[in-house]
Amino acid sequence: MGTTFVRLHPRNKVLAWIEDRLPWLSFLSAHTTGYYAPKNFNLWYYFGSLALVVLVNQILTGIFLTMFYKASAAEAFASVEYIMRDVEWGWLIRYMHSTGASLFFVVVYLHMFRGLMYGSYKKPRELVWIIGMLIFLVLMAEAFMGYVLPWGNMSFWGAKVIISLFGAVPWIGDTLVEWIMGDYLPADATLNRFFALHVIALPLVLLLLVVLHLGALHEVGSNNPDGVEIKDKKKPDGTPLDGIAFHPYYTVKDLFGTGFFLLIAAFIIFYAPTFGGWFLEHDNFIPANNLATPEHIKPVWYFTPFYAMLRMIPAKLPGVIVMFLGIVLLFFVPWLDRGIVKSIRYRGLGYKIALGLFALSFVMLGAVGAGITAEKIPEWFGPEANVTTIENAFGRFWLIIYFAFFAFLWVYTRFGKEKTKPVPDRVTTHA
Amino acid sequence: MREIDCETTFDRTPRMKDGMLRKIALIAIAALSLTGVVHAAEGGMEPANVRVDDIAAVQRGARLFFNYCSGCHSLQYLRYSRIADDLKLDEKAVADSLIFTGAKIGERATNHMPAEQSAAWFGKTPPDLSLEARAKGADWIYHYLKSFYLDPSRPVGWNNTVFPNASMPNALWELQGLQVAVKHPAAQGQDAAIEKLEIRTPGRLDAEQYDQAVRDITSFLAYAAEPAAPKRQAVGVWVLLYLAFFTFLAWLLKHEYWKDVH
Repeated sequence: MGTTFVRLHPRNKVLAWIEDRLPWLSFLSAHTTGYYAPKNFNLWYYFGSLALVVLVNQILTGIFLTMFYKASAAEAFASVEYIMRDVEWGWLIRYMHSTGASLFFVVVYLHMFRGLMYGSYKKPRELVWIIGMLIFLVLMAEAFMGYVLPWGNMSFWGAKVIISLFGAVPWIGDTLVEWIMGDYLPADATLNRFFALHVIALPLVLLLLVVLHLGALHEVGSNNPDGVEIKDKKKPDGTPLDGIAFHPYYTVKDLFGTGFFLLIAAFIIFYAPTFGGWFLEHDNFIPANNLATPEHIKPVWYFTPFYAMLRMIPAKLPGVIVMFLGIVLLFFVPWLDRGIVKSIRYRGLGYKIALGLFALSFVMLGAVGAGITAEKIPEWFGPEANVTTIENAFGRFWLIIYFAFFAFLWVYTRFGKEKTKPVPDRVTTHA
Repeated sequence: MREIDCETTFDRTPRMKDGMLRKIALIAIAALSLTGVVHAAEGGMEPANVRVDDIAAVQRGARLFFNYCSGCHSLQYLRYSRIADDLKLDEKAVADSLIFTGAKIGERATNHMPAEQSAAWFGKTPPDLSLEARAKGADWIYHYLKSFYLDPSRPVGWNNTVFPNASMPNALWELQGLQVAVKHPAAQGQDAAIEKLEIRTPGRLDAEQYDQAVRDITSFLAYAAEPAAPKRQAVGVWVLLYLAFFTFLAWLLKHEYWKDVH
């Protein structure tokens, strides 16, 4: 049990009356002052709380956007411009929401990488990881549908391409695509239902999953950069020797982290809200038009690694399967990795190299999916170069590296190939 | 095409007054441009050097836009009253010199060209330009407006090197003059490539003046694409200063608490 539940008896009569019937203060206390976290968290441990900060930002700014946004194919684009121009501070709310979407993925990707680095998915935290992966999945759906809502040209064509992926499902594919869109093209019906899912259904699921993620975490306790279980060494009072109360120690630390993060976020919101076309794309300032295909249809940056997986496979169904596998395999990491040692600090060189290459492959696939390679190949190889051939070779190489990580992880740990270093009894550093 | 006196009669309001704020904002922007993200998505074009905070330039651009462009192109998301506010013009000046459609000051800058007929005239309905600077980029607009040339093979007699086979004629020909394409001799079986564009019949402006006029129009369109931008940049400084202070306090607080942790 990671938390200490102490029944509180407030002096204030009203609070005491409530507490005797609904022990909410005791509950909050158990999960803050009563939750002991390792004292050696480093920079990587900010991203969990930052993800929560962004989630709250998305919900609050989202509520205000829905007050002015019109979920109709005829009015959506104009209503967004209305928010940008005529609504008092509407531009700020909208930029906070659009920048928040991208930063959500920044912090979530870093948070996930942290988990891989320090073995936070390993026993007893498998479920924390699984629920986290479910959050990632729902977040992708949430972001995709949110991207469609402004009804710009990239919204339309992005929706068309992504929804058409369901057409790869054997037998029922075409029917499925029509059923999802409610029309033969992304249209008013599509926009309306995406709005419903984006503002109600998925946020509710997301909030529930976040509660479960934290609930599971607080049951087993947080991992740390040394991968040492702090519960194994306790003080006489039963609290972990290397543990400190989440509140106030980590609340004040996360407050500082949040301040720093908000500085970066504010800089983007006020001075580079489109981030050079990466957070808000140029083609999405053109209204949806089913007769004018954008020159390069591509998803927003955070989907580009998965989009590249799809594109690097020549046939549609296998492409969809590979892309799907690229996400699904992550769910199984707790069982693919048979190693006992959690933290990368004490793991074998093989794991360090493999994880580095895995992260690099994700970035490289992202570059392929975003069209950066297609743009740079003529520069690097001359105008005569066959862009498709070179890009495919490059993309497929990194695709293989991406998937090889999972195979390597299992072989490396299952057959005892990993030479680990001795893990210390107690945590070694604190920040 | 309406007659226009190119020497703009607007009062040339000096640039916005909050000078220090603007300087800080400019430093912030400069720091950002250093990181390269701002121009990351722009093509390899020579920059148009558009300045949305140069109110005199944006005013001249507005004047040119409504005289030469607004007959065909609307700015359907921009209200005339907003132009008056942002460009420090009184509403009467806007009504007298920018509104040619009989619109009221609080209305949007739409136009009266029937979409179906204009599609028949030009081959394509002239698009609304409210967001052109965000969709294509200011540099693109600037170069596009400089790159028209006479081409008898096209339906309206004009072509453009930045946007080949564009439906649009050069609305600014009176100012720029008539530009023609100088072509390389064609290789066997290939079309002749354009070497450069040349003014055959001079217009009312010389090359430098024309560049300036086009830059002004581009500035106005950049302003029209995001009228909140100057406010965004001005407010941002204070937000960043506040957050820096807040973060510093949070850091002190963290250190105070963490003194106990050994």
